[in-house]
Amino acid sequence: MNWEWQFFLRDIGDGETTYLDWMISAWGWTLAVAGCAWVVALLFGSIIGTLRTVPNRWLAGAANAWVELFRNIPLLVQIFLWYFVVPTLVPPLQQVPSFIMVVLGLGFFTSARVAEQVRAGIQSLSRGQRNAGLALGLTLPQTYRFVLLPMAFRIVLPPLTSEAMNIIKNSSVAFAVSISELTMFAMQAQEETSRGIEVYLAVTSLYIVSTMVVNRALAYVETRVRVPGYVGGGK
Amino acid sequence: MSGLDLSFFNLELVSNYLLKGFIFSVQLTLIAMVGGIVFGTLLALMRLSSHPWLQWPATLYVNTMRSIPLVMVILWFFLLIPFLTGKPMGAELSAIVTFTAFEAAYYSEIMRAGIQSVARGQVYAGYALGLTYGQTMRLVVLPQAFRNMLPILLTQTIILFQDTSLVYAIGAYDLLRGFTTAGRNFNRPVEAFLLATVVYFVICFSLSLLVKRLQARIAIVR
Repeated sequence: MNWEWQFFLRDIGDGETTYLDWMISAWGWTLAVAGCAWVVALLFGSIIGTLRTVPNRWLAGAANAWVELFRNIPLLVQIFLWYFVVPTLVPPLQQVPSFIMVVLGLGFFTSARVAEQVRAGIQSLSRGQRNAGLALGLTLPQTYRFVLLPMAFRIVLPPLTSEAMNIIKNSSVAFAVSISELTMFAMQAQEETSRGIEVYLAVTSLYIVSTMVVNRALAYVETRVRVPGYVGGGK
Repeated sequence: MSGLDLSFFNLELVSNYLLKGFIFSVQLTLIAMVGGIVFGTLLALMRLSSHPWLQWPATLYVNTMRSIPLVMVILWFFLLIPFLTGKPMGAELSAIVTFTAFEAAYYSEIMRAGIQSVARGQVYAGYALGLTYGQTMRLVVLPQAFRNMLPILLTQTIILFQDTSLVYAIGAYDLLRGFTTAGRNFNRPVEAFLLATVVYFVICFSLSLLVKRLQARIAIVR
């Protein structure tokens, strides 16, 4: 087969933007969707995951229900739900840009998975840590803040790294609601230029580069925050 | 709040729109599960072998598949299969090939962990009894690995069932497509998406409860 990469420098029909420009802006959208959704996922996932381990049954039950709800519906269906259904049921949300709705959809979906990791991290700590905190006269929130969570977050950093890589990959479903991100670009550019293999190769490489950068960055964080004598501390 | 109208949801809708999609989703899930576990086990055995020319292609394959979004893999196969075979391939068949190849990478990681969870002494015991490598794997190691990993394999299958909705990207007619088509034809997209959500949730949640019960039973036996 013969390669043909020059089309990246052709303009897309408006006289100013080239396919390369379009792809770079699509990469930006992918990173924006994934980055914003990651903030939502980390915030809600940490809170929900922590609540799942508290002694209060109602709080823990509600947090468990959250996780089951967002884990058992396909991501694409959740995106459609946020994009089509929620604004119809709650009319004030019709003014909110679709970007925000997709970020919420992807963020809440991932929050369930983050919550699962955070819960596992807290429960992997020995019971004595919680008891020691309470015995020292710390309140329950203080015990979480100063004793349990600092260790739990270090333990769950490796699984959180793979969730952060997943959220970049999962942001590709935003194509379904016309966010102009990488997958959307790939589908449209493939159709317009008929150079599918070149387009897909470029887009796939950008995904791999993005996830690798996240992987290396979080691996660096991991080495910076490690505690000697604990998981990963001796590396 | 606008009123919801679910009156279009009746038996006729189920048989005209949803059944076909549901059958395809289940078919796709089952074929990709069986195929994925078979190829995944082979990949896992290759990665654990001491021959580098078996090890690195398997490692490369698994790592590549795992670092690309599934939607892109679906698009790649849909583009490449007709390109390589010279014949056009329907979206449904293309989806089956794609999911089998893609899931093999994920199942292989589970099977690799499963094989590694079997004590090394078991392998030595097999060799000491005069079994060949193939016999040791087939009769001693793999049955235990499979059993240890059964809950995780099934959980991965629930994820696989959810992911089949992504064939939306190439227009294959699955369960979700059944709902969206019905929603468009009856001009009730909101209700169709709500119903889709409920149906997917009920299926996946009940399956996950079953897996939990199975996990509890296996934990007692061990």
